[in-house]
Amino acid sequence: MMNCKQATQLMSQEMDRELSWHERLALKLHVLMCDGCANFRNQMAFLRRACQMRSNDER
Amino acid sequence: MTDSEHLQVFFRERRDDLVRFAILQLRDPSQAEDAVQETLIAAMQAIEQFQGRSSLKTWVFSILKRKIIDTMRARRRELAVSNMSSTGDDEREFDDLFNRRGFWATEHKPHRWTEPEDSLEQQQFWRIFELCLDHLPARTAQVFSMRELLGLDTDEICKELEITSSNCWVILHRARMGLRLCLEKQWFTQ
Repeated sequence: MMNCKQATQLMSQEMDRELSWHERLALKLHVLMCDGCANFRNQMAFLRRACQMRSNDER
Repeated sequence: MTDSEHLQVFFRERRDDLVRFAILQLRDPSQAEDAVQETLIAAMQAIEQFQGRSSLKTWVFSILKRKIIDTMRARRRELAVSNMSSTGDDEREFDDLFNRRGFWATEHKPHRWTEPEDSLEQQQFWRIFELCLDHLPARTAQVFSMRELLGLDTDEICKELEITSSNCWVILHRARMGLRLCLEKQWFTQ
């Protein structure tokens, strides 16, 4: 099974590139079972949103 | 007021914001000042084409972003010897967050952030956000800025900085790990 360290790498990379079918499936299974990584994923989305606001000077 | 007068008012009122945005990415106050100066000149010259299709602020920021990219490019040419892929401070790994099997160490397991959306409305949050960005190692911060603040895709960043895609992903991952950890410690624990 994929560990959290590998999962965090993929959760970052999914912000930058399209993951392969295999990577998506492995990540999905991991996140289903790991609330730490589920939280991490939400936080990655939050970081992007904050950066977009910062970049468009909406803050 | 004419567009040109609006532009002058905007620059008088918002100059500090523009400079701060440029410093965040260039890490060099005088280069940041220059980029803002060039933005003003470019904006003055192109004001005829502005035509109010977007807000003046959005338009000026889009010019500034291009100027920041230009500055980064020029800097890369000057620093031909500098090697983006060399190791150094950026090599800080986040291994201590995980146990030996690569799962979250109990005390470092990410917990849910409470009401993150509310934070975006708070000035104090943005001060901490910038502080956290500033604390990233310079090279990590530069790649992250290009990706998330200037909105370049990784192919463009790789070309610009002459690094490989996988190197770029590793750097972006470190940046996000660092920023997440900093925000968690400095803001979301309260």
